Amino acid sequence: MKHNEPMSEAQQEYIKNHHRHHRFIRYARLMVLLVFLIVWEVCANFKLIDSFFFSSPSRVVSCFFSMLRDKSLFVHIGVTLLETVVSFLLVIALSLGAATLLWHSRKLSEILEPYLVVLNSLPKSALAPLLIVWLGTGIDTIIVAGISVALFGAIINLYTGFMQVDSEKLKLIYTLGGTRRDTFFKVVLPACVPTILSNMKVNIGLALVGVIIGEFLAARRGLGYLIIYGSQVFQLNMLITSILILCAIAMGLYQVIQFLEHCYKKRI
Amino acid sequence: MESDLVKIDSLSFSYHTLNGETRALENLSFSVKEGEFLAIVGPSGCGKSTILSLIAGLMEPESGGITFYGKNGKKPGIGYMLQHDHLFEWRNIWQNVTLGLEIQHKLTAENKEKVKKMLDDYGLAGFAYKRPGELSGGMKQRAALIRTLALEPEILLLDEPFSALDYQTRLTVSADIARIIRAEKKTVVLITHDLSEAVSLADRVLVLSKRPAYVKAEFSIHLTLPDDSLLAARKAPEYSEYFNQIWEELSDETQ
Repeated sequence: MKHNEPMSEAQQEYIKNHHRHHRFIRYARLMVLLVFLIVWEVCANFKLIDSFFFSSPSRVVSCFFSMLRDKSLFVHIGVTLLETVVSFLLVIALSLGAATLLWHSRKLSEILEPYLVVLNSLPKSALAPLLIVWLGTGIDTIIVAGISVALFGAIINLYTGFMQVDSEKLKLIYTLGGTRRDTFFKVVLPACVPTILSNMKVNIGLALVGVIIGEFLAARRGLGYLIIYGSQVFQLNMLITSILILCAIAMGLYQVIQFLEHCYKKRI
Repeated sequence: MESDLVKIDSLSFSYHTLNGETRALENLSFSVKEGEFLAIVGPSGCGKSTILSLIAGLMEPESGGITFYGKNGKKPGIGYMLQHDHLFEWRNIWQNVTLGLEIQHKLTAENKEKVKKMLDDYGLAGFAYKRPGELSGGMKQRAALIRTLALEPEILLLDEPFSALDYQTRLTVSADIARIIRAEKKTVVLITHDLSEAVSLADRVLVLSKRPAYVKAEFSIHLTLPDDSLLAARKAPEYSEYFNQIWEELSDETQ
């Protein structure tokens, strides 16, 4: 569309409809949340649900502020965030390295394929007790738990992405006198940046899952610990507050990757 | 146009799969003269692309040999243009056309200057920092040609480089590219299944048999051009005569 030409009426109408649609969606999303909170609060106040078990938005807010006041909340959020980010970065580094190795050697990838499939489909929470015995109840155990959940799927996805690169593009590199190493760095890796980014989106969530599982079983700090502790002492306000904070963290981390993806697309 | 630059001598090649062996070439012999524009036509799947891959050294022949008679006894530089332009969307046009130089670590100031001049000459001057997606099909094909020419090959191998374009673009782009290549005085081997393209562009046309391929017929093309327009060759009086002769030869094969 040229900018100096005045828009036709039909085009103006189209754009207006487009904006109207998106405004509606935004408000509707907000309304869903508001209605949910109001119904929850009203039900708790009129004793339709037992606020001891189900808490209520006002109790969650006051619990949140009392936890903020005694500073303990910062430590718990900080620990969970740190463990998740470290697990995530290690998953990215390890999966890129492993997928490169598998791409490099077809024999190796064929030999390891069944093991990767088994490790990927194994419920990783089954490993957590074993990790505690091996590594103790420190931060390492939890980071390893976070890695274990995401790693094998990440390797399989990245390797599949590497192998799907158009073989004619690889041929082009050879016709220009390139080596197999050139095909990797000039074609395979740059062609797979979108795959790597979408893989990151999945893995940041999985790393968080692994970290929370780890904290359930082997931690004295972190949101996972807070959730378990809250359930053991029947502090359900604390438990539900922790879950909501976890929601916010998961969304925030996802947004960071989304932003990275947005930057990449704008550069292209 | 006198001496041979490449001599292909009783070349054989097979593809192997678990389901069996496919003979692609059998005792194929021909030669390419220096400065010549040679077109190779043949029924589809007759192993035409295999010939180029063998000349380019991407695959090893099963038997038979390919001999090069380059200057000072050296192997001449070979440029290979594939069916699609394969310009990388994550690089701009400048980074795409200098890809070969980058791979061979020849990105000198002098070579950059040459590439810049080619971009100017071939109408891509203002597009160096655009992404491939912003260019038309013909411009992309020219960018792909510059990427190949940047390495200054003596022989150009063209593997149906226009087949991905729509018909109208194809007519102009093929004539346009042929003009550039002739101006650069390169030796060319063009693979095509488009007879009109072969007749209008080439000095000599080889007709291959169906698989396993051997040279079935050979035509030297001499056209009297009525004017110097891009489509002049297609208007030449001899054009349809050559077209029909080659058509006959090919029809025997495809029946």
